[in-house]
Amino acid sequence: MQLLIVSWLLLLTGGILAPALGRRPLAATLVGSGSAALGSLAGLAIAVGALANGQTTGLALATTIPGLTLSLRLDPLAAFFLLPVHLLGLLGAIYGGGYLRGREGRLPGLHWLFYNLLVASMSVVITAANALLFLFAWEGMSLASFFLVITEHQEPANARAGLIYLLATHLGAALLLGGFLTIGAFAGGFDFSAFAALSHLPGPTASLLFILLLLGFGSKAGLFPFHVWLPEAHPAAPSHVSALMSGAMVKTALYGLVRFLLFLPSAPGWWGGTLMALGLAGALFGIAMSAFQSDVKRGLAYSTVENVGLILLALGLWLFCRGRYPQLAALALIGALTHILNHALFKGLLFLGAGSLLHGAGSRNLNRLGGLMRRMPATGLCLVIGALAVTALPPANGLLGEWFIYRGFLEAGVRLKGLAAFFPLVIVGLLALVGGLALLVFSRLIGIALGGEPRGSRADLAHESGALMLVPMFVLAGLCLAGGLAPSLLLGPVLRVAKAIEPPAAPLLAQAGLLPLWLGGLAQGLALLLVLTALLGRWRKPRAVTPAVPTWGCGYLFPTRRMAYSAEGFSELAGVSFFCDCLRPRIEGGRSMRLFPGREVFRHQAPDLVLEAGFLPLFAWVAARCTRLRRLQSGLVHIYVFYIFSVIVALLGWVAIRL
Amino acid sequence: MGNLANLLLLLVILLNFFILGSSRLGACIQTAALQGALLACVPLLMNPISGHTLFLAGSALALKGVVMPWLLFRAIRQVRIRREIDPMIGYVPTLILGTVATAGAFIFSDHLPLVAAHRGSLVIPCGLATLGAGFLMMITRRKALTQALGYLIFENGIFIFGLLLTEAMPLMVEAGVLLDLLVAVFVMGIVVNQINREFSSLNVENLSLLRE
Repeated sequence: MQLLIVSWLLLLTGGILAPALGRRPLAATLVGSGSAALGSLAGLAIAVGALANGQTTGLALATTIPGLTLSLRLDPLAAFFLLPVHLLGLLGAIYGGGYLRGREGRLPGLHWLFYNLLVASMSVVITAANALLFLFAWEGMSLASFFLVITEHQEPANARAGLIYLLATHLGAALLLGGFLTIGAFAGGFDFSAFAALSHLPGPTASLLFILLLLGFGSKAGLFPFHVWLPEAHPAAPSHVSALMSGAMVKTALYGLVRFLLFLPSAPGWWGGTLMALGLAGALFGIAMSAFQSDVKRGLAYSTVENVGLILLALGLWLFCRGRYPQLAALALIGALTHILNHALFKGLLFLGAGSLLHGAGSRNLNRLGGLMRRMPATGLCLVIGALAVTALPPANGLLGEWFIYRGFLEAGVRLKGLAAFFPLVIVGLLALVGGLALLVFSRLIGIALGGEPRGSRADLAHESGALMLVPMFVLAGLCLAGGLAPSLLLGPVLRVAKAIEPPAAPLLAQAGLLPLWLGGLAQGLALLLVLTALLGRWRKPRAVTPAVPTWGCGYLFPTRRMAYSAEGFSELAGVSFFCDCLRPRIEGGRSMRLFPGREVFRHQAPDLVLEAGFLPLFAWVAARCTRLRRLQSGLVHIYVFYIFSVIVALLGWVAIRL
Repeated sequence: MGNLANLLLLLVILLNFFILGSSRLGACIQTAALQGALLACVPLLMNPISGHTLFLAGSALALKGVVMPWLLFRAIRQVRIRREIDPMIGYVPTLILGTVATAGAFIFSDHLPLVAAHRGSLVIPCGLATLGAGFLMMITRRKALTQALGYLIFENGIFIFGLLLTEAMPLMVEAGVLLDLLVAVFVMGIVVNQINREFSSLNVENLSLLRE
């Protein structure tokens, strides 16, 4: 525990020193990213150690602020969630050192200050054992990530993204504050150790708390329909920050949800039902929107919405089955936890890969990329591995978590009686739809960005990224493959946490033969087959030179490289045939029916339905209602003093009446 | 001894009225200085004399009675104004409001569940009345200087409340309050000069140009 505090101090010291060295960018980067990497490495070692020995360590220091004690606790659940934070913190720090080097004319010191603050505050959020300390760290995390999102604030789109993020995160924090105050009033204190009293909460209060916590944490986690900030903020932030936010920060919200759900009394059925419904909606909506994005990082952000949806779906099943169907609950919980770890690995990898594409080829727009597999082979390989993982294909790690989730719902369909059995089976069908669309999204990403010929001039000149950027990607890709080839590596930590949350979970599954270690054998066999096939191909055709000829252009004489499948074209079929009208992208022009076509303009936009039709009009309406309040802001000091005076007089009068 | 202290507190209330009703800045500053000096003597009368009370009285006397009036006098000499012209609310209505506030303070403090030792003491009504006078001063006057003066009176009110707690309040807290007051007057002085330079007038209303 003390070592963890030392690692935070290291992060803070480095973060404060880095801006002080602002005039010397190289030194600032060295100090900033070095301290971030060292601090995260220490944190990672502590988390692994704590998870391995399975013990709970704690620390409590009193402060003079009422309700706030600096109490920290490192139990298996916290250690498990520290893994992605510090792993991605470490790799992101190394990657960022290379990523930011190309940006001339900007001082990296401030960036490292906020980066280190973000890593440290996430670590505090996860180990805090006092609700107020949790909230302080939570706000610190939100603010640090806000400043990281607007790193490139000169672009208006990024400033707008920052504003949307700030609004979403503060509204969520307000709900959390409401929830925590309710908890504090009931438990008589803000220490987690006092929260055992919460298990006697009366039903309506508990339900109110559940809603507050779900919305508060959900707005950070990307719960549908509060995901709107994700597709704005992730593309705006530098790529290693996107990786950290998507892989780790979103998980802190899931941690908070799980941690506080464990304090609440046993859940009525509709809690789990709500969680499942919102999770499923988020998964479907996220992956559908992801299919329409031509911005690589925006597409990845929507894929995060989808994956968080899957995790929430599994958590919903866990909550629903907890105490009723222990085996189902165990399957769902282990599925959720495995997917949390997996998602941190592969989404971190994909964001870092997307950053490498942006760095090498100068664009995030799929329609400007192409042919990058030959120009950036290492990045390409990492992206392919990441795509295998996110689409749950062997031999990567993504399959394991989804296997548990599918199995959980299939078993639920068998165990539940009557109409209730119908829903899990429908969900299995919808999960398959989500999986199919994910396949479409990522084959599109790989095919358009890496295959074919370059569509833009910068993609033609693309260069491979430096070692600082490649090594973190290799580490993540290696971990993704290792998780797939040897599932016990992944299942080890997950089962330890599951044992801490639901003690009978692991033995139950082991007895029923539901721990799919054979998936590793499958993956190993497949990997062996792939390697053998590749070797065989080499052996059969030793250096057979195939002549390079252009693709047949249907007889058209002057083909250009832009005459290739576009990103929009690839997903058009899905857009036309699968989705309802409201989800379809807005398309203007592009259809010429005349004999001698003239100049045509084609526009393709896929705005977020929830943001465009929900939140923006709502906020505009509220703002219009609130213009009258502007009159209160007179700008005169006298009037402001008068407001204070009248409030004090009113309060005194209220006291006098009460006495 | 208690009688003498109550007499001083009554004097403080009377001085409140004088400041509320007077338009001459010089006289106002002198009155505020006198009020501060009187208040500095009260802890000596209410409590047994010790190092603590002596230090409190001495520093309060030095700051409220000497340093701050001197700073304010310097300010009015620099910007060459003598009178508060055209207040937001006239002097007579301000005086009436001040009377209402003082009466309200006395009525309110009758209702408070006080410790037996403090019952019937003038400390609480006097403190409330002085707070009210400070507030009124800040609300009704236009010049930054009179606003600073209002703040000074407001702080005097807080000081009076502190008298009840002299035994309990650590020295550092009192020192902090006094230092805070000094800094506030300094800041006001800077604001005064800046407003004067920017707008060639001392009216705080000019600050409303700064609003969004």
